[in-house]
Amino acid sequence: MRPGPGGCCYRRPVGANGCVANGEVRNGYVRSTAAAAAAAAAAAGQVHHVTQNGGLYKKPFNEAFEETPMLVAVLTYVGYGVLTLFGYLRDFLRHWRIEKCHHATERKEQQDFVSLYQDFENFYTRNLYMRIRDNWNRPICSVPGARVDIMERQSHDYNWSFKYTGNIIKGVINMGSYNYLGFARNTGSCQEAAAKVLEEYGVGVCSTRQEIGNLDKHEELEKLVASFLGVEAAMAYGMGFATNSMNIPALVGKGCLILSDELNHASLVLGARLSGATIRIFKHNNMQSLEKLLKDAIVYGQPRTRRPWKKILILVEGIYSMEGSIVRLPEVIALKKKYKAYLYLDEAHSIGALGPTGRGVVDYFGLDPEDVDVMMGTFTKSFGASGGYIGGKKELIDYLRTHSHSAVYATSLSPPVVEQIVTSMKCIMGQDGTTLGKECIQQLAENTRYFRRRLKEMGFIIYGNEDSPVVPLMLYMPAKIGAFGREMLKRNIGVVVVGFPATPIIESRARFCLSAAHTKEILDTALKEIDEVGDLLQLKYSRHRLVPLLDRPFDETTYEETED
Amino acid sequence: MQTEEAIIYSYGFATIASAIPAYSKRGDIVFVDRAACFAIQKGLQASRSDIQLFKHNDMADLERLLKEQEIEDQKNPRKARVTRRFIVVEGLYMNTGTICPLPELVKLKYRYKARIFLEESLSFGVLGEHGRGVTEHFGISIDDIDLISANMENSLASIGGFCCGRSFVIDHQRLSGQGYCFSASLPPLLAAAAIEALNIMEENPGIFSVLREKCKRIHKALQGISGLKVVGESFSPAFHLQLQESTGSREEDVKLLQEIVNHCMDRSIALTQARYLEREEECLPPPSIRVVVTVEQTDEELERAARTIKEVAQAVLL
Repeated sequence: MRPGPGGCCYRRPVGANGCVANGEVRNGYVRSTAAAAAAAAAAAGQVHHVTQNGGLYKKPFNEAFEETPMLVAVLTYVGYGVLTLFGYLRDFLRHWRIEKCHHATERKEQQDFVSLYQDFENFYTRNLYMRIRDNWNRPICSVPGARVDIMERQSHDYNWSFKYTGNIIKGVINMGSYNYLGFARNTGSCQEAAAKVLEEYGVGVCSTRQEIGNLDKHEELEKLVASFLGVEAAMAYGMGFATNSMNIPALVGKGCLILSDELNHASLVLGARLSGATIRIFKHNNMQSLEKLLKDAIVYGQPRTRRPWKKILILVEGIYSMEGSIVRLPEVIALKKKYKAYLYLDEAHSIGALGPTGRGVVDYFGLDPEDVDVMMGTFTKSFGASGGYIGGKKELIDYLRTHSHSAVYATSLSPPVVEQIVTSMKCIMGQDGTTLGKECIQQLAENTRYFRRRLKEMGFIIYGNEDSPVVPLMLYMPAKIGAFGREMLKRNIGVVVVGFPATPIIESRARFCLSAAHTKEILDTALKEIDEVGDLLQLKYSRHRLVPLLDRPFDETTYEETED
Repeated sequence: MQTEEAIIYSYGFATIASAIPAYSKRGDIVFVDRAACFAIQKGLQASRSDIQLFKHNDMADLERLLKEQEIEDQKNPRKARVTRRFIVVEGLYMNTGTICPLPELVKLKYRYKARIFLEESLSFGVLGEHGRGVTEHFGISIDDIDLISANMENSLASIGGFCCGRSFVIDHQRLSGQGYCFSASLPPLLAAAAIEALNIMEENPGIFSVLREKCKRIHKALQGISGLKVVGESFSPAFHLQLQESTGSREEDVKLLQEIVNHCMDRSIALTQARYLEREEECLPPPSIRVVVTVEQTDEELERAARTIKEVAQAVLL
């Protein structure tokens, strides 16, 4: 089937017995999307269309990053300019002691030491971050499920210091926790199992994996992770961040080349730097850029000696948490096979959240897990625990057991945490005898599609792929960051707002993380409030609105494919 | 710890490995001991600063390096005014079990204007009258140390780590500590366990002297073994047993020590060899068996352990 003029969806023939094949055919929806997309493409804005590449994609890949409207960009720069001017003014006043200086200062005895911080380094912190600091580090005092309790804080000196009023804001709708499958609970089978293991094994391990901290629970966990991912073996570590920063140096070293995506997470960047290999960056999710880099690497070799690179490692993430985009895995794997490079896939956000059986981005695209050389992920997001893992071939894991920095120097996972992971993973796989796992995955997929569609209909600019449960809503202006956070909290909804330096300076956003624990009522309440606040703060920048669907609001056919 | 502020990390290794690069950047100078643990080495590598190693616990060597740096500074005063200087030491060194000479370090700090970062993973909850670490042990004011970092995985038997010090220093890590900003926080279960452990430490200050007694006892008991020498302070709960004469090759040494460990394991004494990544360490310590003491072990158990180790060592090495 050749792609239509919009080029972003295509139909597969319906099977002989009349059932749908692979979920593309969705009654009238496919055609209307193609028409709307064609109309949108004709209007302004960049809507990325997937290149068909010989049918690598079995499902339509809808990813969009609408361009910033010019007026908004100009106003944002003006806003930052005004803030900077005021920042300089305040610094001047503080220096000449006209204004009281609230922040901590160096000890008197150490005044003649070289100053610990350069003045400009903290300019942003002092003058911009401090003004809206109450939107971050909010202490919560309950389990971060669909609703959460937040401790109320007040500040009488413009956020330099906070006092707890003693009140607790109860039942705040939680749109900020990475609780994709709703395992952040304090009741249920996971919690009971973890409590039992706590009584048996205690909390601390007090040793490293190689010395005396290798429990039978760890071995059980690793076997389970390997079978969950569909790989030969796996190894678990105590912290997700540390998994990347300690294992990439064990895998590559000097004389190797790392090709890393522009928007990779800090842990991947740190691991790549610590390894000592050469790092080259390709544009975000841009396969042409990656191919060009690969070609240059193979043709030109190492920079001065022109010898071939010892290893070429491509670092990508499953879901990029700031953009909400999904990696173009089929194309990456095709390129990797063509140029004989290795692939390191960081599935921190996508494991458990994508795919019909929750096995992550490999499952979502229907690919073979053996094609990915190193599958890394974390247990923090979908499994409600903490820690990370690496999965792959047995030789790779055996090598990592002896050479990983974490196995030799860092403590192993705590036993109750391991039990939580084991129970939740068994639940997702359906091994505990219930269909709770499958239901959660379905619910998450429905929630994602519904939420994204409604927000787009309202006219907000939403980045990222349609299937990603991370939904960034663009705010742009610095004042709106603070205003959005505070207004939403007043309406009893907790959101996470992100600004510089986690995002580019004019693209600040609010990031919603959907969860299987969110019911339709919760989502509707949240959407209503977001609508109100959007009107209040004039956040509806989008220039092309989707035609609102008059039929069913849920796309239930997403994962209802029957296996052929 | 009686400091102004503290910040919690969710993993012990990441604590010091994120704290150092938050303050020390390219162009700054860090003086670090040769026997520093791997986490410190990784933190230094991530910070891209100028690293100067001084001989283990040798204050004369450190002073020499500081003097050389001073001469360099006088040649280029403009650069010197923006180069920060740090001294990174451990309270009780994990790799050797020795203690750092903190009073001399503080004197050097004020004379040469360098800041001290103290890593107290092993000494927190062990040294000092109330278990507050090496500053209490020597009676030094805690404000003299710029940053104290420790992990909660040793004395507190939880997971995670913390950094404490003055607000001026610690608050910076809330936005620039990589392991803090870009990582998930500590699970409440582990935090609660650590809180309870701290409460126990505050309520029973007697356990620290009991622990030190036991350490001294086993240290003495293991002194006379032929073929093995005890490396470490008498009050350090984790010390090393190294071969008195090495066979010449590291692999042979490791095998011998492993045999001792295996035999001990058969007689129900659990020991372990100290593990290192041989290719990655800056200054690789010699192979050794690490012996760790807990306050819960009774005297008879300690005697039995010492006797078993002696017998096994004599059997294997002779």
